[in-house]
Amino acid sequence: MTTPAPTQTLDLAARFPGSVTPDEREGYDGWIVAKEKLISFAQVVRDEFGYDYLSSLTGVDYLPEGKMEVVYHVYKTTGGPGLIFKVQVPRQDPIEVPSLMPVYPGADLQEREAWDLLGIKFIGHPDLRRVLMWEGFEGHPLRKDWQEAFFEEEAKPFKSRWPDGQFTMAEDRTPLGDNVAFPAGFDPKKARFDPETALYESLRQYDKEETGLETDHMLVNMGPHHPSTHGVFRMAVILDGETIVSLKPVMGYLHRNHEKIGERNTFLMNMPYTDRLDYLSSMSNNFGYALTVEKLMGVKPPERAEYIRVIMAELTRIANHVWAIGFLLNDLGAYFTPMLYGVEERELILDIFEAVSGSRMMCNYFRFGGVARDLPEGTLEKIHGIAFDRLPRKIDELERLLAENEIVRTRSIGQGVLSAEDAIRYSAAGPLLRASGIPYDVRRAEPYGIYDRFEFDVAVRYNGDIYDRMMIRFDEVRQSIRIIQQAVKDLPGGPITAMKPVYQVRVPAGEAYGRVEGPKGELGYYVISTGKSTPWRYHIRAPSFINLTAFGPMCTGLKIADVVGVLGSIDIVLGEVDR
Amino acid sequence: MDDMYGKGILKGLGVTLKHFWETYLDDAVWLVRRVTKGERRYLSLEGVAHRSSKDARGIFTVQYPEEKLLIPEEFRYIPFLVYDEGPNGEKTMRCTSCGICSRVCPPQCIWIVRSADPATGRPIPDPFEFQIDADVCMNCGLCAEYCPFDAIKMDHDYEMASTSRTVFNKEQLAKPASYYEAIRPINAAQENAARAAKEAARAAAE
Repeated sequence: MTTPAPTQTLDLAARFPGSVTPDEREGYDGWIVAKEKLISFAQVVRDEFGYDYLSSLTGVDYLPEGKMEVVYHVYKTTGGPGLIFKVQVPRQDPIEVPSLMPVYPGADLQEREAWDLLGIKFIGHPDLRRVLMWEGFEGHPLRKDWQEAFFEEEAKPFKSRWPDGQFTMAEDRTPLGDNVAFPAGFDPKKARFDPETALYESLRQYDKEETGLETDHMLVNMGPHHPSTHGVFRMAVILDGETIVSLKPVMGYLHRNHEKIGERNTFLMNMPYTDRLDYLSSMSNNFGYALTVEKLMGVKPPERAEYIRVIMAELTRIANHVWAIGFLLNDLGAYFTPMLYGVEERELILDIFEAVSGSRMMCNYFRFGGVARDLPEGTLEKIHGIAFDRLPRKIDELERLLAENEIVRTRSIGQGVLSAEDAIRYSAAGPLLRASGIPYDVRRAEPYGIYDRFEFDVAVRYNGDIYDRMMIRFDEVRQSIRIIQQAVKDLPGGPITAMKPVYQVRVPAGEAYGRVEGPKGELGYYVISTGKSTPWRYHIRAPSFINLTAFGPMCTGLKIADVVGVLGSIDIVLGEVDR
Repeated sequence: MDDMYGKGILKGLGVTLKHFWETYLDDAVWLVRRVTKGERRYLSLEGVAHRSSKDARGIFTVQYPEEKLLIPEEFRYIPFLVYDEGPNGEKTMRCTSCGICSRVCPPQCIWIVRSADPATGRPIPDPFEFQIDADVCMNCGLCAEYCPFDAIKMDHDYEMASTSRTVFNKEQLAKPASYYEAIRPINAAQENAARAAKEAARAAAE
């Protein structure tokens, strides 16, 4: 490259002569750091350059080159572009990379995920267990040489479908009639699984306090089937009486290896799959993915498409937040009245999505270089109606119902506090981060699309407790309404896509990390293209998943009954947590 | 807490009370409309439309299956194949078995066997068999979006619960163009106009 990439202008190579070099592959950016220097490099980057927020950590399997790479994306919470650095190690087990937990504790779940799916051992990680697959699972599924039980071909479209598409059911092709394969030499009758010991051992690594009293601690499993967990999510808790001394989230019950599916799919095929990540806010998911691939392709959507995108993304945020507030109140015991009031507003928004995209939740509306279709007749009036007339009034009403209620206040104020420092350290994102007093919003910190044109405030609250996390969602809904009002007024005419609709897009080789401020927080996509029809790597920085890093520390010291409220206030969707 | 007088609770109860009253208030308003215009709040199209509009107050729910939400034109469910009907009732499939839908399908649930001319063995543009595994289909609509012949379209029929795996074959998937024009009038009119223009251009060139 002739001009240095934006993040390569810092003089980091001079600080670490010989061990830090710019990444010079075509279409790539950032620094390649020697494994030995990784921790000191990260310390310098964090403390001297101010990149205090670890956004994404993931691995890439470069099978043909025989290399395994770990990619880190770090940002400043004061805003601005990020910094990318990478560690490359030979692809021979054991693949070992030092853990960044001492510098960025937010690496916890992300390193566990990279270990689980790619088999990269993070030396120094205090609790390196599998996180999405179960203990005892054979192999690391995101490796390029790993094949699933239903494996057909490396990449879609499969040759068996056309022109001689004799129909067979996938389950008829596997010996067990199910999506299950046994490793060679495995005898199910003799197999013994012990998935829990490691979990319980890690759970017991809390600081034992000497109180002088001999009290027994009790281990309780909440979930996976528990009404408070919003899906199949499990919390393993150690209790001293009713007080929590240690808590670990256990997930993966809904895991389908979205990323592996994504790497078999063509670029366009991934769009409907992104709907199913955070299935409450599919428009935002579409937005992030479209943005990332557009970065690689160098395409810019036309004006009208940009405005439609913003309107849809903000409507999604409103729909998500009223739902989140409603379910938080469910968790706190106000059973279904506030929730259904919220759902009424969401219902009107879903009607708009249905009219525009054809589906209420699985919108699949964004395309590279634009959107799938123009707004049908009457939709703009509908959006106008709810944004100017109904929503402002209804949000005030919902707030009147909840904000001053003494029971809500006693149950939520001062509970589940996450300090500003901890929020950054644990890579918390979205409402969770902003309710702790960090005014960080990707729409402002690093504007994407046309967000720099709109007037809105970044909502922020300072106590970091359940109450603030509820109230910040009201604030954000109000800001979203402001944005929609401006966008509806300024919506220009013209085309809705920058290129001819093609089902096979050409994506030049390179990497791109695109992020949007989703309703749950910073939603990032890390996509690597090798110029072929399918992405080489397709990683999702899932805000629900990473927000759970802070869940354990937030709950320590609380009563068990309050955990439900804390989880509700984080607002997770298991489709995104488990991917 | 600073004040625990229950003021906030009362304020909140005021909101729920308002919701409660509004349902009955709206019933009264609709009673007048029923007398004057013959419009009903329940079990009627205008009633459902009102309840899913921004002016809805009070109760919001739709009593499925007696009442059903109105379906917008773009609504999409399992795809179907469009055939044109000739003057004598003969059916011509629009599908040419080009395979674009099966190649663009994200979960790969479309299976096509192309026909071959029995004499020459060369492929002919007509599917011999066309199957969609409806249990794998994710209703994304990409097949309909990228079909160059307007031959595969997304349906509006969403009531298709079954107790076994559902795989549709060509006969089950085929629906007349008139059905398509009925469920998606605006789209169909646009496509018909575009096709007519193309044919006129071709005729002019010859």
